[in-house]
Amino acid sequence: MPSRDEIFEKVKETLVDALGLDDDEVTPSARLKADLGAESIDFLDIVFRLEKNFSIKIPRNELFPESLFTADAGFAENGRVTEKGLAELRTRLPHADKETIDKLAQNPQVENVEDLFTVSMVVNFLVAKLGS
Amino acid sequence: MRWFWVDRFVEFESGSHAKAIKNVSLSEEHLHDHQPDFPVMPASLILEGLAQTGGLLLGEQRNFSRLVVLAKVPRMTFHGWACPGDTLTYSVKLVDSRDEGGMVEASAHVGDRLVAEGEIVFAHVDLGTAGAGNVDQMNCVFKLLRGVLEVGKAGDGSSTG
Repeated sequence: MPSRDEIFEKVKETLVDALGLDDDEVTPSARLKADLGAESIDFLDIVFRLEKNFSIKIPRNELFPESLFTADAGFAENGRVTEKGLAELRTRLPHADKETIDKLAQNPQVENVEDLFTVSMVVNFLVAKLGS
Repeated sequence: MRWFWVDRFVEFESGSHAKAIKNVSLSEEHLHDHQPDFPVMPASLILEGLAQTGGLLLGEQRNFSRLVVLAKVPRMTFHGWACPGDTLTYSVKLVDSRDEGGMVEASAHVGDRLVAEGEIVFAHVDLGTAGAGNVDQMNCVFKLLRGVLEVGKAGDGSSTG
């Protein structure tokens, strides 16, 4: 089983290829959208490449859930994530760094939810998936 | 003028790979508009031909039940150009296909000479989530191209040569 460092290096290569980045831009805390410029279609490209590079299958919505909040689920109100929404996030994104969710809880604007998608989150997901 | 950027499929293995050809002619307007006094096939239209070849390979796998749209070109390198009289051969290999979309590796050759190579990512769009006007337009492209597809080697392995 690969170590966390080995997984990180492979994730870095994957993101460099998918997003056209320089090596040093990919740090564990980098946010895929805000820091690395990923757009929605890039998430599909990233999943394709991770599957190929790690020889695994990643079911839809497992790594990057597409619609975390439906309109009437009570997860968001007036542009802010509710307590129920935060609880849902912790359940649906077990691979998100705890600190990033705690940070979101302090300023729970809906637009900040995408900040949970970090390089570290991808590594956490793969560490769990590969059982290392 | 129609938005056909392949002339004929010459190989088609459902869910695996496909090959299509595009004959470049001096009578085509875009050769003259692109670079004055240097008539070559614009790289963007070579990319479009590769995307049509790959898009049909992906769409056919689901019997054209989903709208296939070009979503991203992660990598495309052009090594040369194609001139009037050249036949471009577009080769695509389906490397991933799933509910959300698919990805192909694509290359363009003139004879043995590599002209372009890269990757293309497609997204599947549901009819309900796209604008109705756009859907008609896209469907039109794909319906018409299905005719082009049937000219060449079809899923049953037969070929018109």
